Amino acid sequence: MSTAVSDNDTSSGPQQAGPKPPPVPEGSRTVTLKIQRFNPEFDEEPRWESYDVPALSTDRLLNLLHYVKWYLDGTLAFRRSCAHGVCGSDAMQINGVNRLACKVLMKDMLAPQGKPTVITIAPIKGLPVQKDLYVDMEPFFEAFKAIKPYLITYGNEPSKERIQSPADRERFDDTTKCILCACCTTSCPVYWADGSYFGPAAIVNAHRFIFDSRDQGAEERLDILNDAEGVWRCRTTFNCTDACPRGIQVTKAIQEVKRALLFKRV
Amino acid sequence: MATSSTTPSGAADALALDKPRAPKRPAARRSNFELYSWLFMRISGALLVVLVLGHLFIMNILDGGVHRINFAFVAGRWASPFWQFWDLSMLWLAQIHGGNGVRTIINDYARKETTRFWLKIVLYISMVLILAVGTFVIFTFDPNIPAT
Repeated sequence: MSTAVSDNDTSSGPQQAGPKPPPVPEGSRTVTLKIQRFNPEFDEEPRWESYDVPALSTDRLLNLLHYVKWYLDGTLAFRRSCAHGVCGSDAMQINGVNRLACKVLMKDMLAPQGKPTVITIAPIKGLPVQKDLYVDMEPFFEAFKAIKPYLITYGNEPSKERIQSPADRERFDDTTKCILCACCTTSCPVYWADGSYFGPAAIVNAHRFIFDSRDQGAEERLDILNDAEGVWRCRTTFNCTDACPRGIQVTKAIQEVKRALLFKRV
Repeated sequence: MATSSTTPSGAADALALDKPRAPKRPAARRSNFELYSWLFMRISGALLVVLVLGHLFIMNILDGGVHRINFAFVAGRWASPFWQFWDLSMLWLAQIHGGNGVRTIINDYARKETTRFWLKIVLYISMVLILAVGTFVIFTFDPNIPAT
């Protein structure tokens, strides 16, 4: 699912510079990345480290992280895979909000000319940090699996495909966009405080099947989400909707699941 | 074929994962309690807007407001079953609404199961006490208290 970009060359000592940095391109500005670092083998507590990196306004934030990783400090660990906002690997807390590093454009981050740009980067909250910016995603996927994110049908298979009208498809279109990056779940204050809450991402993926006219498992899933740790823990703070890199109306989806439970109607 | 027979059990051991982050996840409660408490918060909230704003208007603004409130004023109001019912429903709705709100806050923020348990016990006892005392006063209020 994702590639952990971790240190592969520690023989030349800590903090070693990697290959010689490429020439600084014309028109670039120096940006300070303040990154939360944590090495479980040495650190008791996470610590902050700053790196000065040249940035063009056409860069993405991920390019700057690569610059740190490749040329300044090879021990920096973070996840990334496709680097184009599709795989959902590089979710991190950027200036206090959850974003994908590959979708954050430097033209939106640079301070006005003459003022220093400092960007704070921390791992997403609420999941155990394993090293630097990567966290253990397993509890997140556990909640995802618990809502049965697959087609459930009963009776005989149709001889051809399962037909669905465009209107029925439209009903759950928004929640099909989820890439499981965990931006929403790890921005939720209820999840920070109590990790046994299913979290927005699991509810979004339940919504995708509950409101699918071809699926017959709605009742099972609604039953699961009616749990004490289910949708009723949502406090509608909209952090999840704000965090979603795919623009999914997460809080709306959660409210629709609540409504379906309330009126026993999908 | 035969060599792979040990892999499934090994994989199963490795995959014996904890439930989402909590050390142990309570067994799912298949009840509608959370649904009804959520619904109650909405309905009681809407009613309390009317009841509390009406109460505040009468007590603080109408006819000289707070300056005219004394024993006789309260006695006069509670002589009418309408105001008795008003105050009684305000007491019960506000107490349960607020208590349920604090219950969810305890659920959200208590880290340890024992802390959660004792905080809720304190909450429930105080709720019952306030409801009992308040209801008792409204129903047994005697305007002719002998001066001692």
